[in-house]
Amino acid sequence: MFRDIGKMTILAWRTLAALPLTFRHFRKVLEQLFEIGNASLLMACILSMFIGGVLALQTGPVMVERGLASVVGAVVGLSVCKELAPVMMSVLIAGRIGSAMAAEIGSMAVYQEIDALRTMNINPVHYLVLPRVIAITIALPCLVLFADLIGWVGGALVSATNPEIAITWQAYFSNLSSVVDTGDVLNGLIKSGIFAMIIGLVSCHQGLATIGGPRGIGRSVTKAVVNSIVLILITDYFITRFLLRMDL
Amino acid sequence: MADSSSSENGKVCVAVRGIRKNFGENEVLKGINFDVRCGEIFVIMGPSGSGKSVLLKHLIGLEQPSAGEVHIDGHAIESPELLSKYRIAMVFQSGALLSSLSVSQNVGLYLREHRLKPLDEIDDIVREKLKIVGLEGAEDKMPTELSGGMKKRVAIARALVMEPQLILYDEPTSELDPLISITIGQEILKMRDETGATSIVVTHDRGLGFGIADRMAIIRHGEILALGTPMQVRNSENEEVQTFLNASFQRQPNDNEQNEEEEEES
Repeated sequence: MFRDIGKMTILAWRTLAALPLTFRHFRKVLEQLFEIGNASLLMACILSMFIGGVLALQTGPVMVERGLASVVGAVVGLSVCKELAPVMMSVLIAGRIGSAMAAEIGSMAVYQEIDALRTMNINPVHYLVLPRVIAITIALPCLVLFADLIGWVGGALVSATNPEIAITWQAYFSNLSSVVDTGDVLNGLIKSGIFAMIIGLVSCHQGLATIGGPRGIGRSVTKAVVNSIVLILITDYFITRFLLRMDL
Repeated sequence: MADSSSSENGKVCVAVRGIRKNFGENEVLKGINFDVRCGEIFVIMGPSGSGKSVLLKHLIGLEQPSAGEVHIDGHAIESPELLSKYRIAMVFQSGALLSSLSVSQNVGLYLREHRLKPLDEIDDIVREKLKIVGLEGAEDKMPTELSGGMKKRVAIARALVMEPQLILYDEPTSELDPLISITIGQEILKMRDETGATSIVVTHDRGLGFGIADRMAIIRHGEILALGTPMQVRNSENEEVQTFLNASFQRQPNDNEQNEEEEEES
């Protein structure tokens, strides 16, 4: 794990150093963006709808019982945009996109396609890693923004239709909009941007480090997803502390 | 440095000095020395598992030796600017085509990524090179739609596009039928004659090896057993070399066939 983190740091540095070449690989970035959006948008919508819903379902009745019906919108709104949407979307993307990245690059490594790139003096970091990391870093915050909106709607739907909560749509959103501000949404977007870089770098690193045949590819995919999720959850704590200190 | 490490008329020469390679405790290459002269076709032959492909990977820097040096035109293979200074192409055993790209995108990849020509011109060059390897009209096919032989020919077209000064072939005729093998051999000769590229061919196909080589080496268990012109190698007194060169399949007659033969004789 620690050796992986070391190698990943080197990969991160090489990717950062290649950032000026982004425009040159713009087409590949667009292809990756399409791939990520196409594969994840519907899933992200369904997931976030139910996250918002279940959050309202768990907190709503308890709060209404204690006369705190007016803050259900705020609780669901803040939880979704600051924590649940960024983390859950990142976990979803790690499973959906990170695994695909590790598998694709891993099979390229196993079947000598990456060696072929090197012999043509094409840097695999520029050709494969840079477009993927940039695309995922743009796509994940966009998905989180979607997830925020749909999660809030999911919470409002459950709050309005569940007889134990019975908070009107207007009351829910008026409370939500009075408490949740741009900074809270930004907080989640910053987190998701960092998580996206973690997923991209971990997955590409595992792909490039693949050895052996199909079993090696399977191992890389598993490691990419597990390591991404572990790093996301650990990093989440530290980013949250940092952002709280920054008053965001 | 040996004479052969200096270039002649823009052609590239290779010098291999004391290459050793260990994978764990397994010593795959045990001190390999040879020179490849500018513009010649040098064939490395040997049985499967003798270390030929590993040696080839050292010649293009895809593997780092445990000991020893490889020099291309007098420059150490490790030097970072080598691949930008010289055009070195490799035709992999499996073809190593990028499976997400079509045939034309694979063939034009080098020119496109290095932005060496306008896109229209790249398309023309790709068509021309595919025609040379007999694959005109296959531009839009994906690698998964191609047979083993077609993949290899696309890989050769991809190498041709680079107009390489040094080209390395890893088992170019494995998995191919004898007719396509002859075509591939002719392509290797034609490419050398037209471009003057130095060629290193790794193969266990004796027909191909003796057919195209200017000079050759026989390698077994990571050591060179014979080195020289095809004639010198054929006349080598090394027993293992002769065993490899003269090995042929002879069917042992079974009991029924033996009885039939005896009956016929009687």
